[in-house]
Amino acid sequence: MSNSGLQPTIDLEVYRYRPEQQAEPTYDTFTVPLRDEWVILDALNYIKDELDGSLSYRWSCRMGVCGSCGMMANGEPVLTCAAFLKSYAPGSIRVEPLANFPVARDLIISMDDFMEKMNRIQPWIITDEEKPLEEGEYLQTPDQVDEYKQFSMCINCLLCYSACPIYGMEPSFIGPAAIALAQRYNLDSRDHGQETRMDILSTDDGIWQCTFVGECSEVCPENVDPAGAIQRYKVTSTNDWWKSKLLPWTSKQ
Amino acid sequence: MVKRSNEPFWWALFGAGGVVAALCLPALLFMTGVAFPLEWLAAPDYESLYGLFENPLVRLAILAIVSLSAFHWAHRFRFTLYDGLHIKHLNAPVALFCYGSAIAFTGFAALSLYTF
Ligand code: FES
Repeated sequence: MSNSGLQPTIDLEVYRYRPEQQAEPTYDTFTVPLRDEWVILDALNYIKDELDGSLSYRWSCRMGVCGSCGMMANGEPVLTCAAFLKSYAPGSIRVEPLANFPVARDLIISMDDFMEKMNRIQPWIITDEEKPLEEGEYLQTPDQVDEYKQFSMCINCLLCYSACPIYGMEPSFIGPAAIALAQRYNLDSRDHGQETRMDILSTDDGIWQCTFVGECSEVCPENVDPAGAIQRYKVTSTNDWWKSKLLPWTSKQ
Repeated sequence: MVKRSNEPFWWALFGAGGVVAALCLPALLFMTGVAFPLEWLAAPDYESLYGLFENPLVRLAILAIVSLSAFHWAHRFRFTLYDGLHIKHLNAPVALFCYGSAIAFTGFAALSLYTF
């Protein structure tokens, strides 16, 4: 923190990468006003409006709902719309794109890998047979809703993938959010897709890569607890494995 | 269809080992480390322990405890090596060494308890 005039300021070291101009990323340092109510995203908007209009980054809601503003702040994955500047002062803030993902430009990562994985686990309600409309809704008790509610809070911000050391080493790992999302549907009383999803989740690239480091649940802004989802699914998958070996005739495959 | 992993087998042993170790070790530590030396409890003498081991069920239980604990170690050590040292290419020999050690240890324990 330095004082230029009356207004205190803070420095942001911002990761820059413009593929058409530079082969290697660089860092630009910007000095921005340090206001009590400002979050890192406000500082980035200030830079874009006042200092360097070419800075690229994603954001939308500014209130922790859309999940698009995730970045690394001093090496920690955070939602920049929820990370107050003052909690980093005094000292500067190094702002980088989310770790473990290819960078498209400046602070923007490419999400292709996650989109493919999310699709792979079939995150929708799979039913054997659609009920005719006249039979009415698929009713659920509050207890049945509670079963999966926590896992439905995910905003796809990808902080968990950035925090996960396993994903960093093994990009084929299907990853925390995708598994939590699979559990969101697996645990839904209206869903019958468990068997289909097990073929994707119970593989070496599925839950079995996870060694329960737990960083994903630490950084999750929505308390989804992906580590808990994975751990819980390991039990399901293990039961299923023993059943298929010891009682092969009960297994559907 | 994708091949499902056989990891559940090792994970089940790992989990079971964790549970028995977490249940037995503190009790064992408490008794041999605190309660017996401070004479809160009378330490069993050699004869009564020996007599206890005559019972095959006791021996079986001991075997289960030490063997499962060994598998717990094996699984954990495998991933410590695998992730800690970044030796993915050595996955097969590392797994062989870890689980092999646990299997050998189980065999040794079984033999000792059998010929006891
Ligand atoms: S801008 Fe939407 S979550 Fe931060």
